[in-house]
Amino acid sequence: MTLSSVSIALTGSGGAGVMTAGQILLDAAAKAGFYGLMGRTLGPQIRGGESAALLRLATGPVDGPDDGYDILLAFDWGNIERFQDELPLNTGGLIIADPHQGAVPDIMLTGDDIRTAMVPFHDLAKPIAGGRVNMVGLGLIAALIGLDPAFLLDRVARQLAGKGEAALEASRAALAAGAAAAADIAGVSPLAAPAPRTGDRWSITGNDAAGLGAIQGGVRFCAAYPITPATDILEWLAPNLPKVGGTLVQCEDELASINMIIGSSFGGTPSLTATSGPGLALMTESLGLAVASETPVVVVNVQRGGPSTGIPTKSEQADLNIAVNGLHGDAPHVVTAPLSIGDCLFTTQWSVHLAEAMQTAVIVLSDQTLGQSRAIIDPPADLAFVGKRRVPERIEAPYERYAVTADGVSPMALPGQEGGAYTGDGLEHDPVGHPSTQTAHHQAQLDKRRRKVEGFDYGDHWAEVDGDPDADIAIVTWGSTAAPAREAMARARALGFKVRLVAVRLIHPVPVDRLRYALSGVSRVLVVEQNHDGQYWRHLRAHMDLPGTVAALHRPGPVGLRPREILARLQSQ
Amino acid sequence: MDAVVAKPQSFKSDLKPVWCPGCGDFAVLSAITRTLTELGLPPREVALISGIGCSSRLPAYTSVYGFHGVHGRALPLASGLKLARPDLTVLSVGGDGDGFSIGGNHFVHACRRNVDLTYIVMDNSVYGMTKGQASPTTEADWTGSKLTPEGPGLAPFRPLEMALSSGASFIARAFSGDPLELTRQLCAAIEHRGFSFVHVLSPCVTYRPEQKGWRARVHGSFEAPTADRREAFLRLLDDDGFATGILYQGRETPFQPTAQATAPVAALGAQFAV
Repeated sequence: MTLSSVSIALTGSGGAGVMTAGQILLDAAAKAGFYGLMGRTLGPQIRGGESAALLRLATGPVDGPDDGYDILLAFDWGNIERFQDELPLNTGGLIIADPHQGAVPDIMLTGDDIRTAMVPFHDLAKPIAGGRVNMVGLGLIAALIGLDPAFLLDRVARQLAGKGEAALEASRAALAAGAAAAADIAGVSPLAAPAPRTGDRWSITGNDAAGLGAIQGGVRFCAAYPITPATDILEWLAPNLPKVGGTLVQCEDELASINMIIGSSFGGTPSLTATSGPGLALMTESLGLAVASETPVVVVNVQRGGPSTGIPTKSEQADLNIAVNGLHGDAPHVVTAPLSIGDCLFTTQWSVHLAEAMQTAVIVLSDQTLGQSRAIIDPPADLAFVGKRRVPERIEAPYERYAVTADGVSPMALPGQEGGAYTGDGLEHDPVGHPSTQTAHHQAQLDKRRRKVEGFDYGDHWAEVDGDPDADIAIVTWGSTAAPAREAMARARALGFKVRLVAVRLIHPVPVDRLRYALSGVSRVLVVEQNHDGQYWRHLRAHMDLPGTVAALHRPGPVGLRPREILARLQSQ
Repeated sequence: MDAVVAKPQSFKSDLKPVWCPGCGDFAVLSAITRTLTELGLPPREVALISGIGCSSRLPAYTSVYGFHGVHGRALPLASGLKLARPDLTVLSVGGDGDGFSIGGNHFVHACRRNVDLTYIVMDNSVYGMTKGQASPTTEADWTGSKLTPEGPGLAPFRPLEMALSSGASFIARAFSGDPLELTRQLCAAIEHRGFSFVHVLSPCVTYRPEQKGWRARVHGSFEAPTADRREAFLRLLDDDGFATGILYQGRETPFQPTAQATAPVAALGAQFAV
């Protein structure tokens, strides 16, 4: 028997090298023609502490985790009680552990038909000069799942480039020792052979994808303040923006970073910053300024557990409320959410396009699961969306920066343009931009700012609509929970149970008409998301009547929603 | 130089300032327009950036590009604009509350960052727009506010010392009642390559009427700018807060990362190929 998907968790205290081993395994599998992904779970420690690389390798594209892991390799059991619920095992799952680290903890043995295999990783590594336990483990896993060790060696050689032949030889010996130890472990089905590769594949994290999407959308200025788990976007942009003539600046705080990008965008440069919940909270006053002054900006908010400092290293989808409702006054703006790791690229690029086209603030709600997981994907097609701002071609006096137009978008002069000088303002203003407290000006400007956001043609990109057109039940979801929802739908289909899936990319404004059309004919709706309060479910209900019986499946992080949970709710609703 | 910008009046808008009669900020507005005229800068290539407060209303009273942001954030706005558009002449204006209280963190970091822009603070030691509360430069024993009826009880900030210790590369102080000196300083500040800070004593005649007496207190003791930080600190130790002139002008390199594109955007994806 062979498998189309295998899930593997590698765990160990910092220093065991589980992240390095995980990434080598993922990229080697990609080289061999498999798809896959790797999530990461980390404790709060700066160095050391518990960590796990969470892999899924498959013969076809995958964008979310399975219900549990088929193989859990523990180099040690440090702090396992803190995160064992993030490492559920599938029925018949195999735990591989080093006997010198003690017996397998009972809490790991609560699943059905769990098997264990003891492998003395440290003893196997010790006789090899420079041999490392993570390489022994890697050799073992590759042998178990049927991955040609040549692909591993290729990736290890890249990892060790410049460290000399001895280091490479040590890794080669360690991999071989691990592979030999696999012979003693029976009953693990290898992966089926993948379809032949037809071209390049990409190994990319959601955060890197968001950075690339920003540049492809036209962003050439980024102001940065580090915050987990968004920093990777900024660290990717730092060396890559200059390659295309752009600039990244590190700021003193998030108040500075949001205002710097408003300033640069006022100058005509498409601009972006990335942050997480606490930073977004600091930025909300100035996001209102971007809305009122009609200055396009994009903020990628990589969500983590909240409120307050919350759980910085782990995922949740709990910033929807602040992203949608956090601005004071009536402040229409746009909130989007990527639907997979790879889609962080498209959604960010599209969001830059939206911000520039509508001259407003766009908040992209990514999360730690999307941002810090790495996926093997087919290279995305070139996308036409590049931010394009409406700039006046010919200016007649008096120039009305905030002219009341049919679609609400007013041509925006850029500094340097003759006759276009105006003062961008967070004060309410008349069409010229002069401060005004008059009722009529306030009404007209509020109307135009809403009109441009609500009347915009978002096209087909507002959601991914999938599944059976004649299904009686529909899942509505957003962000990273789209992945387990897709898988739940596929499993339901395999059981002969028809399901429709609406994974929404445009969170706000709520695309009421399109949603209504997408849900036409269903009598049951299940809204799925990862937060305690059911934020999206409430948001939808505030804006529209969903058809039929509406139920909500929502729970907080850090453990991600699994396909099994969603399938169970579909079957019981 | 554009012929149309010959007169200071061409830098003024037709908007009537909200300021009280006698406010020092009128003279600062005039000095700014005169400075831009003297430097021969085309209005379309100048941007005036502000936050919130009486003096922060200034950009709309000019004919250059302007941005009136939220309270305390003028310097990040101005820095972002200058970093993205180094071709522009960028000035930032505001008051003591905007710059030293709510925006204090940005002030010290802007001094340190040394972006090539000019920051003009109209300091009247009071929050005027909210009707007369103590600011970070108010005397400890000023009892004129209902919010701090016993006086703020805190030693006032010394903005020039903050600027110097934070790394500003041009530091000056002027009095709004001496527009020629102010204009001279503003010209030098704009021509300076790097972050220039001009501290302007600009009286609030409504909430601090005693500031009408500032004319008698100011004195021009910072005769010539020094490039020696030790000398500048020594001068500030003797400063009574009313010395005017250019205190310090250093030669620190301005912060202006610029990059020439070396790759087409389409080439960036290759780094992810596996």
